[in-house]
Amino acid sequence: MSKEREDIKIDTQGLSLHYGDKQALKNISMRISANKVTAFIGPSGCGKSTFIRTINRMNDLIEGVTISGSVIIDDVDVYGPDINVDALRKRVGMVFQKSNPFPKSIYENIAYGPKINGVKKKAELDEIVERSLHQAAIWNEVKDRLGDSALSLSGGQQQRLCIARAIAVSPDILLMDEPTSALDPISTSKVEELVCDLKRDYTIVIVTHNMQQAARVSDYTAFFYIGELIEFNRTRQMFTNPEKKQTEDYITGRFG
Amino acid sequence: MTGKKRSPLAFFATGLPLAATIIIVLMIVIIVVDFAIIGVPNLGLEFLTEYPRNNNTEGGIFPAIFGTLLLVIIMTLVAVPIGTITAIYLTEYARQNSWFARTIRFAVNTLAGVPSIVFGLFGAGFFIQTVGAGIDEARWESKLEVAEVALSEPSAPFATLKQATIADVLKFLESDDAVYWNEAINAIETYPGGETATASIDQVMTHLRANPELNWGKPGLIWAALTLALLTMPVVIVSVEEALRTVPRDIREASLALGATKLETIIRVVLPNSITGMLTGSILAVSRGAGEVAPILFTGVLNSARELPTAVTDQFMHLGYHLYVLATQSPNVEAARPMQYATTVVLLALTLALNITAIMLRSRLRKKQFT
Repeated sequence: MSKEREDIKIDTQGLSLHYGDKQALKNISMRISANKVTAFIGPSGCGKSTFIRTINRMNDLIEGVTISGSVIIDDVDVYGPDINVDALRKRVGMVFQKSNPFPKSIYENIAYGPKINGVKKKAELDEIVERSLHQAAIWNEVKDRLGDSALSLSGGQQQRLCIARAIAVSPDILLMDEPTSALDPISTSKVEELVCDLKRDYTIVIVTHNMQQAARVSDYTAFFYIGELIEFNRTRQMFTNPEKKQTEDYITGRFG
Repeated sequence: MTGKKRSPLAFFATGLPLAATIIIVLMIVIIVVDFAIIGVPNLGLEFLTEYPRNNNTEGGIFPAIFGTLLLVIIMTLVAVPIGTITAIYLTEYARQNSWFARTIRFAVNTLAGVPSIVFGLFGAGFFIQTVGAGIDEARWESKLEVAEVALSEPSAPFATLKQATIADVLKFLESDDAVYWNEAINAIETYPGGETATASIDQVMTHLRANPELNWGKPGLIWAALTLALLTMPVVIVSVEEALRTVPRDIREASLALGATKLETIIRVVLPNSITGMLTGSILAVSRGAGEVAPILFTGVLNSARELPTAVTDQFMHLGYHLYVLATQSPNVEAARPMQYATTVVLLALTLALNITAIMLRSRLRKKQFT
């Protein structure tokens, strides 16, 4: 396996998570390559969303969550002591299942992240906004109405706006939690195209309940089942010749 | 095809609420019209800008309007910021089931049910007699030191006599040789026995110490305003909390996922999104406080005042209280009646203005949010 020659961006070691007494993640160890798209698949409730949220510590927001193990990004364990969680989240961006633009203008949505990072000059902000909207393949659709409310966009456009918003702060890693599950097929394919383009500059982790999407979009795939990592392999390999029977059953639709 | 007979229950379901609404609206209209008919003709520039004359049968109610406005402004400046910050803490920072948060909530809910006269008694007992008197005593102590020095001056009567007459002491304090000190003069004038009594310097000092000048320890605008602020604060807290809760969780998460701190999220996303609710709730709380009379009875309101309050420790006239004065303490009820009606119209207009402002502000901000 030529994995060793690729850069590892995210390295989780023995990651376990409990919601109170209930264990949601069991000892997940996985190495995610830089500048590749890694997909997480598995039936509902298998822990893939929970796992992706451990990477940018969004589970910290939930009361009663305990986590053990480590998540190492660029040689630093993000669950170590003295970690600035806000700084972490500036480097690890997230796009959510249901698009959540701020009830502000399109411009202000994209400019939100940079402004928090201290960018004040209008010229600079303009440039970042334009660049992000270009990268998210939505510039042409909104360039004449940057002052309009973000809520006036369609569902698919809003989601691409959220992607633009996330990349406006130039993160290294982009986490996408079922980004197209609420979108129509045309918007879905636009977002999938986007993901393939973005991996040049970002390491992308995408959770999806749609196996065909995983097959289309990702370089690596991880199959989760009831909180455990069952199999992790190159996408082509997993879908043509899975190693575990459980994986094969899921992929062929014997359960889901 | 036979039509289904409309059930009488359906009739009541729509008919009763409609009837109730009509009755309520009718009552409001009757009240307003009844007062307006007699009151409005008596409203004039003179009424709004002059002092009452001739035992409240002539003139105007300007000092009452002024006092009410000043009172409401101070009350708002205290209640709204503190209430808002408390609500932000309770909603955003406190762990929802912590003992601390639950205690605060319980206190807020209980406070909301306390009768307003009890607030007035509390204001008198706590603000005036404890806090105010405490301030006065502390300041008096430092002045007493100056007094002792003054009375020990070579030119004071006590320099030559062990016991001096009060008259001589007063003459000294009023002369150019002494440290000019008005309050001491007022206090010494009340020395038992009057001007012909004699006292040693110690006796004078003891008497002074026992009679501090009351500046903060008596009813005043600031204490009435603080008492009212206590009364309206629970309403502000509850309505701000409600407004904050309507901000959906997903945009808070979006902000945090971008690396914003909790405070930045609150300031940049949560507050702008809930400002309409916060403002509306605050204005409604303020308009309730503006009409309350019981809390100000012991804490600063006057039957009549010859001049407008200029310091926060001054007492003041108040529209609501003035209505009571006009209705019950006027020697000539017939002549005072037009004033009563007109005063009521002014009070109603004030409340209406506050509520309309709330509605207008809310619809303007709502429009801005959704452009």
